[in-house]
Amino acid sequence: MKKNLFIQRSDKKKNVLEKLVLVCIGGVIGFLNGFFGGGGGMVCVPTLEKVLKLDNKRSHATAIAVIFPLSLVSCAVYIFKGAIQSLPLLTVGLGVLVGGIGGSIALKFLPSKVIRIIFAVLMLAGGVRLII
Amino acid sequence: MTIFLQILFGLLGGFFGGLGMGGGTILIPLTTIFLGFDQQLSQGINLLTFLVMAVFSMWIHMRNGLIETKGIFWIILGGVVFAVGGSLLAMVLPSLILRKCFGVFLSILSVFEFLKAFPKQKKQLKNKISNKKAQDK
Repeated sequence: MKKNLFIQRSDKKKNVLEKLVLVCIGGVIGFLNGFFGGGGGMVCVPTLEKVLKLDNKRSHATAIAVIFPLSLVSCAVYIFKGAIQSLPLLTVGLGVLVGGIGGSIALKFLPSKVIRIIFAVLMLAGGVRLII
Repeated sequence: MTIFLQILFGLLGGFFGGLGMGGGTILIPLTTIFLGFDQQLSQGINLLTFLVMAVFSMWIHMRNGLIETKGIFWIILGGVVFAVGGSLLAMVLPSLILRKCFGVFLSILSVFEFLKAFPKQKKQLKNKISNKKAQDK
């Protein structure tokens, strides 16, 4: 009986610890996503795979659901602080909308390895150019 | 011409976003480097367009039952609090400094992308590192 109680208590402790870890992970993702205005998904997907043990597809889908409220809050701060102008938002936004539909259709046909390498090269080039 | 470029860059960013690779990491450097947007403006536009796109993709994923709800409440809870902090910090930093920070972040992410594209080599690298650690001990 005594032993049983002990197990229960340690289970409870473990549970709290698990939640605390999740909150901390969320904190890091939220900070990065807010500070850099994006990229949270790229951190979130592999993290969900490891921590919640989700497969790649579920991890992708769930990451969007996680990032959405974080981006909503961040976006509110950006708008409130006047960082967003409406004219470029309209033109770029139109492009993103059409491009996004195109990308999700192309997902079925394109070789993922080639695309991933192109993507990584573009990111690296952009990153280096921004630092210089 | 500028409007044309704005739409074109939007298309490119959206395309990679639609592929599920993260559109912002393409869109933000493009608009900052070639259109001279303030880093904050680029980031803000990316956040807003993501929100619109996410509504559609969440709807589709939900219908396919791919969204896992277990445990994400706690991640979101921590995330929302620090999202406010991160965004406020981005608002007070000078655009050029934020831009350089973003460049570093992007370069680090690109390394992970390269590793993802070559899973075999990633394994070898991991083995090498763990071997070295074993030797050190």
